[in-house]
Amino acid sequence: MLLVSQLINGLQLGSIYALVALGYTMVYGIIKLLNFAHGEIIMVGGYIALFSLTLGNFHPVVAALLTVAGCTLLAVILEKLTYAPLRFAPRLSLLITAIGISILLQNVAQFFFDAAPRSFPASELFPVGTVMLGNVSVAYTSLVTIVLSIVSMISLTILVQRTKLGKAMRAVSEDTEAAQLMGVNVNNVITFTFAVGAALAGIGALLFVARFPQVTPTMGAMLGLKAFVAAVLGGIGSIPGAMVGGYAVGLIEVLAVYVGLSRWTDGLVFLVLIIVLLVRPTGIMGRKLMEKV
Amino acid sequence: MLKVNNIDVYYGNIHAIKDISFEVAESEIVTLIGANGAGKSTILKTISGLLRSKTGSITFAGESIDHTVSHAIVKRGLAHVPEGRRVFLQMSVQENLEMGNYTQQKSTMHSRMEDVFTHFPRLKERRKQVAGTLSGGEQQMLAMGRALMSRPKLLMLDEPSMGLAPLLVEQIFEIIEELHSSGVTILLVEQNAHMALTIADRGYVLETGRITLADDAKALLANDAVRRAYLGG
Ligand SMILES: Nc1ncnc2c1ncn2[C@@H]1O[C@H](COP(=O)(O)OP(=O)(O)O)[C@@H](O)[C@H]1O
Ligand SMILES: [Mg+2]
Repeated sequence: MLLVSQLINGLQLGSIYALVALGYTMVYGIIKLLNFAHGEIIMVGGYIALFSLTLGNFHPVVAALLTVAGCTLLAVILEKLTYAPLRFAPRLSLLITAIGISILLQNVAQFFFDAAPRSFPASELFPVGTVMLGNVSVAYTSLVTIVLSIVSMISLTILVQRTKLGKAMRAVSEDTEAAQLMGVNVNNVITFTFAVGAALAGIGALLFVARFPQVTPTMGAMLGLKAFVAAVLGGIGSIPGAMVGGYAVGLIEVLAVYVGLSRWTDGLVFLVLIIVLLVRPTGIMGRKLMEKV
Repeated sequence: MLKVNNIDVYYGNIHAIKDISFEVAESEIVTLIGANGAGKSTILKTISGLLRSKTGSITFAGESIDHTVSHAIVKRGLAHVPEGRRVFLQMSVQENLEMGNYTQQKSTMHSRMEDVFTHFPRLKERRKQVAGTLSGGEQQMLAMGRALMSRPKLLMLDEPSMGLAPLLVEQIFEIIEELHSSGVTILLVEQNAHMALTIADRGYVLETGRITLADDAKALLANDAVRRAYLGG
């Protein structure tokens, strides 16, 4: 039964990666930016959740909503302040800006909150305990994580496939100029895309600190990198790809531990990435002609 | 309906459009003809707000659109079918048409779509199909149908005949005439000068960013210089 619980563990981890990977893939899809500051949104979310619970003494639902709202607001402000003015600049300028913001946010967090990890009261956010599924005991946190991320992903899919705004997002991502000629306000759609990506990252932040209950200024870096790998593995720009990539990375990591290669987990993730990219350069679900010329 | 007064458009240091003025009156078909690189597409992009002129002014339906953002220009009734069709290849025919309806009410979308299908029955047959799998002619029809969804007063077409077999070109031009008689004013950009001048009321000849001739379409068809340069003798 150890394997089954490891698989559930992998799905839990994968859910978090998938939520974060969606932010990378959506922003890339719409403005061709690898948003390296995305991981830091999660870090900020971690601190918002921490302080909402410890200093604010808020109800966990309020703390969760504040976290998601805070992440969303931060991403929208960053987009308007830094990326929007660079819309017609070379993509490299945007990439460097994103890296700069990432470092800036880490340093600001370090300055105000100290570099030392702070432990996160996960039990205040999610109920502790387990449920029995058949004869496997599953932690509530795992269950909540998996269910919440699936609900988030279904909602996102409905948003993108069915709503007017979602269609506008797809249109901008495929051909910005043509979308403008349809009457789409491209700036608003781009901002909205950042907002959605950050809201998912906010949910990801909550689920991440529930699983690894501590908060540090650099916590977003490794999680961000893993999620970025998940997005590329799935096919950057593809929403279902980010989901598949996220679960794949989560499962690879726990299976590596299961077969006794716990020292090699990160290496194995990258090995799989390299092999997949050799066979399918655009990732598992990436489209062949994604790049605009 | 559309008045373009003394516009100059630059790409960096390249002076692509040099002091151009022309107009399109209500219910006319006006054509801009010129060789590749003359500046035809640049003019249309400037009118629809994707590019900006350094000088002069553009008025549409009596109001200046010099500072109007492109998504607001569409809403005012000016639709632009860009060169190369630019349909959303990963969306279905229906979704492309829905995008065309973006500035309009959702409640009237289906009746509008049926109107569009009367001009393009082919699109109705293919409405569930992904646009990327359509033929070039069908994509052109979709691009035009998508633009019509916004109920334009003025429809700007950038080289609708590009890359199409002669029979399809005929068909596209028939549809343009049909749209015109249903009350849409048309600004047609073409390299296929013969076809364009045949259906147009008036035409302008564009050479390296300047208008060198302006006349009734019939007169241009008979003009020796035009015949030599654009009509193969
Ligand atoms: N994006 C661009 N950057 C620089 N120059 C351009 C760009 N687009 C067009 N041009 C130049 O502007 C001129 C007019 O181009 P265009 O309007 O596309 O001509 P046409 O549509 O008549 O073929 C050409 O010399 C072309 O090389
Ligand atoms: Mg052109």
